[in-house]
Amino acid sequence: MSFRVDIRLTVNGERVTKSVEPRRHLIDFLRIDLGLTGSHAGCEHGICGTCTVRVDGEIVRGCLVLAASLDGAQVETIEGLSECGTIHDLQEAFVARNAAQCGFCTPGMLMTAADLLDHHCTTDRTAIREHLSGNYCRCTGYQAIIDAVEEVAARRMAGARAS
Amino acid sequence: MNKPVTPQSVGLSREDLPNSYIGRSVPRSNVRKLVQGRATYTDDVSLPRLVHAAFVRSPHPHARILSIDVSGATAMPGVVRVFTGADLAKVCDPWVATLAHLKGMKSAPQHPLPLERATWQGEAVVAIVADSVAHAEDAAGEVIIDWEPLPAQADMETALDAGAVVIHPELGDNLVFTRTADTGEVPAAFAAADHVLEATFHTGRHTGVTLEARSIIADYNSADGTLTVHQSTQAPHMMQGVFAKQLRMNEGDVRVICKDVGGSYGIKVHVYPDEVAVAAMSRILGRPVKFIADRFESFVSDIHARDHRITGKIAVMNDGRIVGFDIEDLTGIGPYSVYPRTSAIEGNQVVNLCGGPYDFKHYRCSTTVVLQNKAPTCQYRAVGHPIATTVTEGLVDLAAEALGMDPITIRRLNLMRDDAYPCNSPAGMKFEGLSHHASLDKLLAMVPVERLRAEQAEGRTRGVYRGLGFASFIELTNPSPFMYGIGGARISAQDGCTVRMDPDGSLVALSGVTEQGQGTEAILAQIVAHGVGVDLKKVKIITGDTQVTPYGGGTWACRGAGIGGEAALQAAIALKDQILGVAAIMLQTEAEALDVVMGHVVERTTGTSRLSLAELGRLVYFRGDTLPKDMPREFVQTRHFITKEYPFAFTNGIQASWLEVDVETGLVTLLEHWVVEDCGRVINPMLVDEQVRGGVVQGIGGALYEHCIYDDTGQLLTTTMADYMVPMAAEMPDIHVDHVETPTKESLLGAKGAGEAGTAGAPAAVMNAINDALSPFKAKVFAQPFTPDRILRALKRY
Repeated sequence: MSFRVDIRLTVNGERVTKSVEPRRHLIDFLRIDLGLTGSHAGCEHGICGTCTVRVDGEIVRGCLVLAASLDGAQVETIEGLSECGTIHDLQEAFVARNAAQCGFCTPGMLMTAADLLDHHCTTDRTAIREHLSGNYCRCTGYQAIIDAVEEVAARRMAGARAS
Repeated sequence: MNKPVTPQSVGLSREDLPNSYIGRSVPRSNVRKLVQGRATYTDDVSLPRLVHAAFVRSPHPHARILSIDVSGATAMPGVVRVFTGADLAKVCDPWVATLAHLKGMKSAPQHPLPLERATWQGEAVVAIVADSVAHAEDAAGEVIIDWEPLPAQADMETALDAGAVVIHPELGDNLVFTRTADTGEVPAAFAAADHVLEATFHTGRHTGVTLEARSIIADYNSADGTLTVHQSTQAPHMMQGVFAKQLRMNEGDVRVICKDVGGSYGIKVHVYPDEVAVAAMSRILGRPVKFIADRFESFVSDIHARDHRITGKIAVMNDGRIVGFDIEDLTGIGPYSVYPRTSAIEGNQVVNLCGGPYDFKHYRCSTTVVLQNKAPTCQYRAVGHPIATTVTEGLVDLAAEALGMDPITIRRLNLMRDDAYPCNSPAGMKFEGLSHHASLDKLLAMVPVERLRAEQAEGRTRGVYRGLGFASFIELTNPSPFMYGIGGARISAQDGCTVRMDPDGSLVALSGVTEQGQGTEAILAQIVAHGVGVDLKKVKIITGDTQVTPYGGGTWACRGAGIGGEAALQAAIALKDQILGVAAIMLQTEAEALDVVMGHVVERTTGTSRLSLAELGRLVYFRGDTLPKDMPREFVQTRHFITKEYPFAFTNGIQASWLEVDVETGLVTLLEHWVVEDCGRVINPMLVDEQVRGGVVQGIGGALYEHCIYDDTGQLLTTTMADYMVPMAAEMPDIHVDHVETPTKESLLGAKGAGEAGTAGAPAAVMNAINDALSPFKAKVFAQPFTPDRILRALKRY
């Protein structure tokens, strides 16, 4: 495993140049190589969704993407979205409604919820539940999460209509 | 100062007052770090000279270790050292998980890594320490173990048979523990009853699936002889004692730090041999060693639970009165009882809790706890409750059906009266105060029973089969030393809290109970803010560090609010008394004439501010020269709390499930779920409601999806999250929650536990709803999980 791949990419708006093992997964790359510990490894099989991050605007499983494949990519994590404020309303709704308990699933859940709000904004609870069904939460019972997403969707849709 | 303090005198129900935080849905202050990815889970911690552990695990359910060749692994890149059981035994003693009060209980000594035999598939056998996880895992593949596979005793049903494989020959057989509660006249009472109904239930082995896997960093400093452990745990002080004892150290030289924990549910309150191995390896290497279980390791080595087969009978009279229950429980717990809580408690709870909500006379219930070659089982959320509730409520519905009685009517008739307390149950449980009928009333105000029954009848004409199921339950919370301490386990039933005021008038509270997302820190902050009289924003809570917080048991068995909360309230009230005493001297008045409201010392009668706490702090901390010489200077108080009158604070509740069964596919669609529960004084309704919902969903998981499936030889087949299914957002219904509040009189706060109520009742409510839906077909299911396959078989579709 001495063979390495040089990659240059953008992570949360910052340029990153690294040499990675071909087997390095994106989630390990973010957590171990870059110290971005906000994204978590839960199942490492692409099922639980805790490692969900954005690559070139689309949400992906950080445990299924190889870092070596990301030369030239734009990667965004919960740290980046927090700093630029684009999901501030969603985060505050999660706080206000206690839509996080242990919080381990939360960054991934927010990534997927933000994806729904950005691309298919809806207040339909069934649609919200469907969209979030690839992100497991073992603590909350999901309801507070659905409530928070529904509330933000309603506010964003009202805002869009007003403008 | 010596007036008796009562819930009224400290304003525990003054929700409308500006400085009352008890009963108010305020957001948790520690959620913001979670939503911004700024939490600190154990794997997020990195230390200088950190090395990483990986384990070689047994591929066999039962096999003798003939030899271990580590030479290839040792030569792999990045490897620091490879350890076998014999290496670790030099610095680490084995443990035996029995409790003295569980009469006759036995188990075998367990080492961090086994010396001679592996006794379940997935047991850690060899450990590799390397400079990265990847290198450690690479090297694990190079360890050569010469195995002699042995016959495995996988099936608990045959574990006590003459031909059974005796897993630990020195124990003589595979019987760990057996106990029978018997009121004495069950056979005669059953013979005289009008109806006796019987069913056999299986609760299905399942596990907690914390999204953050078990995680530990052990850091032995050979310079000062201290061991610092960063661990994802529910019980830091207990683990401090365990590491000290097993590694032959002083407790004072061991520090356990637990920052954020990514889910626990009981999974992280046990002693895991691989985690003790990490501590032992750090002790040997003198540097920090990290181990984060991967998901496969979680499935094969986290504790499992609820592997029970229960045969139950209920006797009833024609008028619907329950005469008694006669129940036999069998459970397989794996090859070792788990330290230090033991693996006999779950079966013991079944004996304690069956029939719990009902007023009846005759009771016989036995549990038989046996060894087997599967992953060890131990306490998982709601320990024994979902089992006892499923059996009890399943039998009650069978009785109702036999009598042609509505499920609500038979419950109304038999639930223990709300004015019957205090009283004892036939199983010997002491109840201080429960509210079964008030809870049922409240539930019926929420559930539109008539409309649902009409919908059900109409649906059946179209081939749509819906069902409504009910489940009453009791829940054991706020445990006293009667749970573990009297059996010899070093598990604290009391907990402590230190509250201090800093110079700017802000408060810091250090508590022995811990946070895993339940909202422990939030409710402690509410209690302290209320108890002293400050703005919630002025309170900082510190938990999860044995070197800093008062000694305590941690968070498990629903004790965080009831035990830790009361300690915090008592400490806060004591600090307030100190503040008033000092303020009275400075203001030349009597302390009784003053109060503290929102960070100000005020005149009690007028509410007029006399002095802010910030000014008080400034004067006392920095201008002590201006104050009377003999004036006390302390602004810090510590209190510990333990329950004394009752071994446990029982709570109660009732759930209802409304669902649809597709009789062609066997699929169950959950439509709606209701819960009313009574956890005593509710400190933060929003947190309690979502705790209950989370509990319901975990209960639903066990009822419908979750199952640790083994083949006949003892190989676990469900080792990924694709094979082991947990509830997803799309499958879960909206869950309506309401409360009855019967505060315990054992404490000022009056809080009982709430975290397990959902899990306790949900499987039974779902089972009864499925069986209600299937009633036109005379089909019934009693084996969890209620999969499409099992439902179709019950329908005789194949």
